[in-house]
Amino acid sequence: MQNSHHPIKTMITAMVLGLLLHAYPVAAMEKATIVLQWLPQAQFAGYYMAEDKGFYTAEGVDLTIIPGGPDILASEWLEAGKADFATMFLSTGLLKRETLPVINIGQFVQHSALMLITKKEAGINRLKDLEGKKVGLWANEFQIQPRILFKRLGIEVTVIPQSSSLDLFLRDGVQAASGMWFNEYHLLLSYGLDHNQLRPFFFRDTDLDFPEDGIYTLETTANTKPDLCRAVVSATANGWEYAFEHPEETLDAVMQRMIKNRIPANRAHQRWMLDRMKDIIMPENGPPIGVLRQKDFERVRTVLMETGFMDNAPMFPEFYRGPVR
Amino acid sequence: MNKRHGLAFKLAALILSCTFVIVAAIVGYNYYYSRDIILRQAEESSRNLAQDTAGRIDSVLITVQKVADNIAFSLENATLTKDEILELNKRVLANNPEIYGMAIAFEPYFLEADKLFFAPYYYKSGGRIAFSMLGNPAYRYFYMDWYQIPKELERPVWTEPYHDDGGGGVLMATYSVPFFRTIGGERVFAGVVTADISLDWLEEMLERIRVYNTGFAFLLSRQGTFIAHPDPTLVINQTVFTLAEELDSPRLRSIGQKMLAGENSFVPMDGIFNDAEQYLFYTGLKHGGWSLGILFPKNEMMADVQRLSNIMTLIGIAGFIILALLIIYIARKITNPLGKLSDSALEIASGNLDIMLPEITSSDEVGDLTNSFRVMKTSLKEYIENLTTTTAAKERIESELRIAHDIQMSILPKLFPAFPERPEFDVFASIEPAKEVGGDLYDFFFVDDTHFCFLLGDVSGKGVPAAFFMAVTKTLLKVVCEKGLDPGQVLTKVNSDLAAENDSCMFVTLFLAIMDIETGETQYANAGHNPPIYLPCGGKPEWIPPLGEPVAGVMEDMEYSTKTMTLNCGDIIFIYTDGVTEAMNPEKELYSDQRLMDLLIDTDKPFAPELVKTIDDSIKVFTRGAEQSDDITMLAMQFCGKCDK
Repeated sequence: MQNSHHPIKTMITAMVLGLLLHAYPVAAMEKATIVLQWLPQAQFAGYYMAEDKGFYTAEGVDLTIIPGGPDILASEWLEAGKADFATMFLSTGLLKRETLPVINIGQFVQHSALMLITKKEAGINRLKDLEGKKVGLWANEFQIQPRILFKRLGIEVTVIPQSSSLDLFLRDGVQAASGMWFNEYHLLLSYGLDHNQLRPFFFRDTDLDFPEDGIYTLETTANTKPDLCRAVVSATANGWEYAFEHPEETLDAVMQRMIKNRIPANRAHQRWMLDRMKDIIMPENGPPIGVLRQKDFERVRTVLMETGFMDNAPMFPEFYRGPVR
Repeated sequence: MNKRHGLAFKLAALILSCTFVIVAAIVGYNYYYSRDIILRQAEESSRNLAQDTAGRIDSVLITVQKVADNIAFSLENATLTKDEILELNKRVLANNPEIYGMAIAFEPYFLEADKLFFAPYYYKSGGRIAFSMLGNPAYRYFYMDWYQIPKELERPVWTEPYHDDGGGGVLMATYSVPFFRTIGGERVFAGVVTADISLDWLEEMLERIRVYNTGFAFLLSRQGTFIAHPDPTLVINQTVFTLAEELDSPRLRSIGQKMLAGENSFVPMDGIFNDAEQYLFYTGLKHGGWSLGILFPKNEMMADVQRLSNIMTLIGIAGFIILALLIIYIARKITNPLGKLSDSALEIASGNLDIMLPEITSSDEVGDLTNSFRVMKTSLKEYIENLTTTTAAKERIESELRIAHDIQMSILPKLFPAFPERPEFDVFASIEPAKEVGGDLYDFFFVDDTHFCFLLGDVSGKGVPAAFFMAVTKTLLKVVCEKGLDPGQVLTKVNSDLAAENDSCMFVTLFLAIMDIETGETQYANAGHNPPIYLPCGGKPEWIPPLGEPVAGVMEDMEYSTKTMTLNCGDIIFIYTDGVTEAMNPEKELYSDQRLMDLLIDTDKPFAPELVKTIDDSIKVFTRGAEQSDDITMLAMQFCGKCDK
């Protein structure tokens, strides 16, 4: 055996070298920016973990993550060229498509987490009971499903722009508030309200179950840098899988970003959020992580067309360039 | 199995267990009672502290509220110009040190038709008053809580504490008052006046509240968010409910809900935050919907009680030990001499009366006992010495008496048949003294070849004097009889000799007879002796009548007469002392003359030796072993006539 090159040993050496080169391809690193649609929280844990665990770097991307917020519209950043990628709801992406050539390169949240929350004491037992009531709605894409719902039910509600807090709802300034299952619902619990004091209405229980967070880019980027797009989506998918497998480490990373951004942060709340994100990113009978199913796309497209939110909706292949399975 | 425990052990165990119970009861009661007092005081003082603190916070809040309310009221006046509004804002801020910043925010396009935003904001920065104009596309203040909530609720509110990035960039709580103006006869919402207070101010105020070493105060917002807490990571980040969730404590959640409801209470918080036991007092504030909590560490609260109890326990233990030693010492002091005395008593019991008793000088019961022992020992010794002497003397006397008895018996003729070579008569006698020596006597002898004298007497009294008197009497009788006198003369002579120099006044009864053994003629004399019985052969026995003459040895000049009777062949004269007729059975009944006579009547063909034995047996049967009180002496003289063969 002496003086002979072992073929397997040679192969392993080559692979390690290759990995190292691949992991630190200093010359090949491509800078890119992604803007998220909201402030740092567990809703974006997959992106943070992909960043922290070097999944983007491993894919050859030097990705900068920009936190969103109440006054940052992701699509505007995309349009202005300040970001290469942005996360948006599927409905937002479709609507933007009318004025801006955005392409979905990966769909992560498969179900709608949007909900309307009422207090039981308000006596709203059915959605129809919202007639004439004040309803807190967030701006932009968050209004699509509720407005369609109100239109279908034929009820008139007074829409109050909802701030980032639930204070107005807590003080009964509105009878119903918008909320995300992974966020506001638990916030109410963390303000001392009990489950049995609340009556939630989930959009996912209706045909308005719109897939939410997906990664978008401009058509030009999708055309010129398909590998970059694929790399970002792939690394993000890995990030989510890592996040769900390592919740405590993930919560540390999330908390750290929240504190850095001076956002009220507490672990109990972020743990709830991470758990709920798993429900909607990796649901039972759902597609593989990161994949947009055509039937889900068609459902949203149809509703938006029928309700007149869109006149000229794109077809699935035009709109979606993400992984198929 | 019962183990033997000494007095010292019993005494110590009893007293010490009692003492232990008493000490434990005192310490325990003291602890629980003091704890109750401390708890009540803690509740009272925490209530005072909390209400005082709440009052101070409320007074600041109400000052701020009044300022903002007044400005809102003045802003209802539509004539104020933009500059006047700015000036008002600045001046108010300058005059109110509690207020960190103040904004007057208008509805879009309200004050100036071409301006979406109009919201001047003055705030304190580095000791000076700074200014900024709020509102830009990135900070749309219309959608901020401090603007939206009073607008929607149409009443002043305290907002939740927040980091205001558009304003001073510090943690603030804002009081917002909506103001309205009348346009076209209609009252429309025009904007809000806000007054901010810095939470640093509150934080400092609460930080000054120190409860024991680690107790602290905290403030919750209307939503349960920590506004002030010694742990800065909780402030703004956590609500009491998320904390409860992280600590998995439904109880804390429930307490939080009560706090937000504005209740006040004093509750134990054992084990919620950590293992230490704690008490929480909480109370709602009048303004802002906030609530104040003051947490007391129980162990620090109870530190004084604990220390007191520890010291009491130590004193108790020390006292207990001292008491134990003292009891053991005293018990030893008592029981040691007792033990020694007990040993000495055993030694004394074994006969050693010369033992030295332990030296005990204490003047108590033990001392008394020792003295008693000493006296007892001495008395015992003396007694035993006396007893020894007495016993020796008695033994000597008894021995002498035994010898005297032998001598006395030896002077009486004892050999029967006394004269086997003389078939003319047969004589048989027996004597049984009640004591070693007695006063009865009998004798028989030949005066000459044909005259046979026999006699029987009874000296008064018993014992040695009687024995001596008997000996003297017998000797005299023998001597006098040999002079050939008849019985009366013999008695006269003997009486005379006895009575002379008879200082002791003793006397003797005597029956003396002299029989002609060839003819059976018998002369006899009787000196006060009880009458003998004449048993004629084949005839009825009869008493030989007494002569009525007195006892011998008393009166010197007495003359005694002589009687004569003749016996036929086989006749018997039976002489006896009163020991026979006065023998007593256990019931103190006398044998009696009658019984003797009956017995003699029933006797067929009497034969002298057998007769004596028969009567003797009869007496023994009658007395049934009762103690003999008098000498029993009998003599039977049977005449058989001259035998020519």
